[in-house]
Amino acid sequence: MSLEALPLDVGRLRKDFPILDREVRPGVPLVYLDNAATSQKPTQVLDAMRDYYEQHNANVHRGIHTLAEEATALYEGAREKVARFINASSPAEVVFTKNSSEALNLLAHVLPFGAGDEVVVTEMEHHSNLVPWQLATQRAGATLKWIGLTDDGRLDLDDLDRVITPRTKVVSFVHQSNLLGTVNPVDVVAAKARSVGAAVVLDASQSVPHMGVDVQALGVDAIAFTGHKMLGPTGIGVLWAPLAKLDEWPPFLGGGEMIDEVTMAGSTWAVPPHKFEAGTPMIAEAVGLGAAVDYLTDIGMANVREHEHGLTSYALDALHRVDGLRIIGPATAEDRGGAISFALDGIHPHDVGQLLDEHGVAVRVGHHCARPACLRYGVPATTRASVHVYTTTDELDRLVEGLDRVKSYFKR
Amino acid sequence: MSTDSLYQEIILDHYKNPHHKGLRDPYDAQVHHLNPTCGDEITLRVHLDGETIADVSYDSEGCSISQASASVLTDLLIGKTLDQAEATYDEFLRLMQSKGQLEPDEEVLEDAIAFAGVSRYPARVKCALLAWMAWRDATSQAAATGSGGGSAA
Repeated sequence: MSLEALPLDVGRLRKDFPILDREVRPGVPLVYLDNAATSQKPTQVLDAMRDYYEQHNANVHRGIHTLAEEATALYEGAREKVARFINASSPAEVVFTKNSSEALNLLAHVLPFGAGDEVVVTEMEHHSNLVPWQLATQRAGATLKWIGLTDDGRLDLDDLDRVITPRTKVVSFVHQSNLLGTVNPVDVVAAKARSVGAAVVLDASQSVPHMGVDVQALGVDAIAFTGHKMLGPTGIGVLWAPLAKLDEWPPFLGGGEMIDEVTMAGSTWAVPPHKFEAGTPMIAEAVGLGAAVDYLTDIGMANVREHEHGLTSYALDALHRVDGLRIIGPATAEDRGGAISFALDGIHPHDVGQLLDEHGVAVRVGHHCARPACLRYGVPATTRASVHVYTTTDELDRLVEGLDRVKSYFKR
Repeated sequence: MSTDSLYQEIILDHYKNPHHKGLRDPYDAQVHHLNPTCGDEITLRVHLDGETIADVSYDSEGCSISQASASVLTDLLIGKTLDQAEATYDEFLRLMQSKGQLEPDEEVLEDAIAFAGVSRYPARVKCALLAWMAWRDATSQAAATGSGGGSAA
């Protein structure tokens, strides 16, 4: 497949990402395939953050001077952009957090459950959607249960009726797996959760950056995602939940900004989203995320999705042809994103990653913060290549060439 | 900097044909260590005979660097006194922390000098040290239980 067959002018788009032009050492150009860990940032995002600091920097809210008003408008403007991007019914439903992990920890603190109740996750969760629930269920005396996986990297939906019961208060699961690439059937799991009256939480860290996500169509009670995987900066994430829920839930972190009235004896809370944003927020990062959202919106998320679907098919086809390579996750691009984990016969992922780096190919190796899923598939670690909107088929060819060299190095 | 400085022939030889691999009896202490970033794991046993390291046996899974390091460790330490072994450990640790700036002492480290290149790759130093940390932990436990009658670590 040539680039022309893809819906985007990737060559033009890549010019917005100076880092993609660099060499990792003289004569060895970078091939960046570690996008599931973090994406690169276009100059538009970097410029927006620089402009904020150079021209508008001030603390937000409550200031009456010009800079404070401009900074507040930029910060709240970013919230409006994010709200439109995920089709939230109001910007007040968008809570800025540090990252997805903080958003999920917040949810694990505020969602009501107690002794004897059950919380359900899946075996393919990132540690960020597993450990907060382990901690919260232990604190509450509740039980943590999980939906298992099939051999081909999907949720074992036959497990649903066994695992989700009338005692279930929360079902929290990943939209698109960072390890396996699997896109989960949100409607099926959410419907089962609703049938027992459980709250539904979706970890959308790997889906919001790669497909159009419409929170009103999802039918869940909350989603969490992070800015740095969607061309934005690190240090900013998003919790979305319907306003009624944000009203109902207690605060998570206390401090400035999140209060209404404070006396020594007690306090009342600001209205959402501010109720959940204690302290000075990450203003420049919000501005950067707003610029990233503009950038993705200009491209069109349908185009992003189609481009990456093409790349995923291309990569899977090419990797299937590599002798001794086993894909950990769905074998085809159907209901699957472009994070592709694999094991290479007899060669540890750490050695694969090291030798690929020698050829400029940046992949991630390890358990990818999803150790239970690695154990499920009998591998201590995997090598993972992951694409983004600026990835080309040439780069995927470089990956496959690199793998051939890794194999010949270790077979010598 | 090329990967050939990292993957020395000696390292690849030990990786493909590890020495003293497999868990053996008798032993005085057994430990399990893992490198959480990459999933390398080792179960390692130490058997002391007085002040002497009578055996080091292990079962492990991991990358070439971690596997070769365990193999080289057993070659170096089995038969040594606790004091000699501690000195070897110190020298290996010094080499691993040298960021490629140290000329290794071949008298002390023998095949382990091949790991000099690893010290330039911060992400891989932990791989090379995994077996050594496990050995040190197991040896101090073995010595503490008094089974070997010696003092160590």
